[in-house]
Amino acid sequence: MASLIVCEDLWKIYRVGDVEVQALRGINLTIDRGEFVAVMGTSGSGKSTLMNILGCLDQPTRGRYELDGMDVGAAKPDLLADLRNRQIGFVFQSFNLIPRTSALENAQLPLFYRGLSIKEQRKQAAAALQRVGLAGREQHYPTQLSGGQQQRVAIARALVGAPSILFADEPTGNLDTASSREIMSILEQLNREDGITIILVTHESDIAAYASRELVMKDGQIVQDVRRAPHLTGVL
Amino acid sequence: MSAFILLTVMTALRILSRNRLRAGLTMLGIVIGVGAVIAMVSIGQGARAAVQAQVASMGTNVIIIMPGSTTVSGVRGGQGGAVTLTVGDAAELKKRSPLLSDTGWAKRDVMQIVNGNRNWNGPVNGISPSYLTIRDWSFTSGGPFTHTDLESAARVALIGQTTLENLFDFGEDAIGATIRIKNVPFQVVGVLAPKGQSAQGSDQDDVIFIPFTTAERKVFGSQFLGSVGALFASTEQSADLPEAVEQIREVLRARHRLQGEQADDFTIRTQVDIGKVQESTSQTLTVMLFAIASVSLLVGGIGIMNILLVSVTERTREIGVRMAVGAKRLHILMQFLIEAVTLSLVGGVIGVAVGIVGARLTTVIAGWPTIISFDAIATAFVFSLAVGLFFGLYPANKAARLNPIEALRYE
Repeated sequence: MASLIVCEDLWKIYRVGDVEVQALRGINLTIDRGEFVAVMGTSGSGKSTLMNILGCLDQPTRGRYELDGMDVGAAKPDLLADLRNRQIGFVFQSFNLIPRTSALENAQLPLFYRGLSIKEQRKQAAAALQRVGLAGREQHYPTQLSGGQQQRVAIARALVGAPSILFADEPTGNLDTASSREIMSILEQLNREDGITIILVTHESDIAAYASRELVMKDGQIVQDVRRAPHLTGVL
Repeated sequence: MSAFILLTVMTALRILSRNRLRAGLTMLGIVIGVGAVIAMVSIGQGARAAVQAQVASMGTNVIIIMPGSTTVSGVRGGQGGAVTLTVGDAAELKKRSPLLSDTGWAKRDVMQIVNGNRNWNGPVNGISPSYLTIRDWSFTSGGPFTHTDLESAARVALIGQTTLENLFDFGEDAIGATIRIKNVPFQVVGVLAPKGQSAQGSDQDDVIFIPFTTAERKVFGSQFLGSVGALFASTEQSADLPEAVEQIREVLRARHRLQGEQADDFTIRTQVDIGKVQESTSQTLTVMLFAIASVSLLVGGIGIMNILLVSVTERTREIGVRMAVGAKRLHILMQFLIEAVTLSLVGGVIGVAVGIVGARLTTVIAGWPTIISFDAIATAFVFSLAVGLFFGLYPANKAARLNPIEALRYE
């Protein structure tokens, strides 16, 4: 199977005043379609920077990044936007739903920018909400939903456009244990049943345990890359 | 794309309705600007139409020749020696100036008019019958007097509507009635159709016409027989007016034996001149309107820009999310532009409504005529659209140029 993500010697260097910050220092990484990868590391290890570049929100200073066979290292902003729209879904720690906008409209958002008809947008968004167990809550506003439900709306928004990768940045960071478990089982299901590649950033090892591969970052480099059978397989 | 625009407009309307007070205050500048323009254009056009009607009520292609000099507003200057124009001048003009279709003359004085136990002080005009045709007077009942009446100095009178109302009961037939002017009995033979206010603001219907000869011999007691208050002439075409004026000047200068450098002892004015004065007044009004409109639209536009900048800052995270799910710069730009235009257009619509109500109220309360101008409404719309676009562009561009990562991290 062709690799979905291929990074070769990826560097990201910021300049803060006169100080040069090397956030990424020569990352080499290959992620295959259908993998469930957890990225771990302390804050400042460069994991967020890597996420942003892999998620086409940012571009590397140096090096090569191929997404699904396409070199996106030096792509124009509009092409990056298009890639984010079609290939990538984001789930954030703080949910990042648009306030005072219904769950359905939040879930519609990627399709809105894809230019689908309103009817089609609503149909697919409703299906995505159903997928995350929020059928019947389409017209609820974010403030009327619990944290776990808000994160599920965010997942519905991430998967509505049928992306090939889903980036989850500390998706359970703001949730209690029960909600965290719900969210992780939804992500696991999406990975197993739909074959969506999931890249999860976390600093909690029990959350990372859902993944089949664990990357540990330190000082802008990957210091550990372990593949393993996810612990839940067979346990449930 | 059409789904995008529709949904964006819906979103914009929702965002505005959520912050009604803020949106209302933001739009206020546009509302006041557009409202003021609509109301004032309506009042201006009403006034202009009234003035045009007044100028038209003078007659068609009328030339007025007054003795002595006059000021622009029509007040006579050298009043003392103003006996320079005569009936003979009129006859000579008709003979010598082929462009003139008719000439007439008139002389006026304010006198007491009595009908039975009622009396009224009004301007009594001794006129030639041709004066009536030059000035386009028509009749509601009866008819004009004739040349025979003029030659025989008949005691016949034509009365205007205001005079009629003051001397006769409502609905009473004035034709055939006898009224007394300076104790001389006159028979009313015609009632004039109303003309309303003159371009100078006087009531044209407060008038009595009697034959010129009767007036100078039996009523006014003129010292110089044949001297007139003013001569009147008309041309077939309004284009002939300037040339006709020159012909009149030549003929009169020759008759009055005025040499080379000597100034005219008369003043010639045409309907066009009088119209021009009014035109320049309304042009001044228009310039002032544009000044007011530009200032308030500018202020309104700055208000919109200000509130959009606040909105962009407040919604930085939302912009980041939208970018993360695939919004291109153009999408973000359009979203904020559409919000700006929605603000300014809704403001424009309310402004138009306010303006129309204001104009109507002016008519009801002050009694000024107003005409709701659809041109003004269309212009107001175009301008509010332009204001929205212009002042929305900077904040919208600012939003579109946000870095998605920083926007997502914004607290």
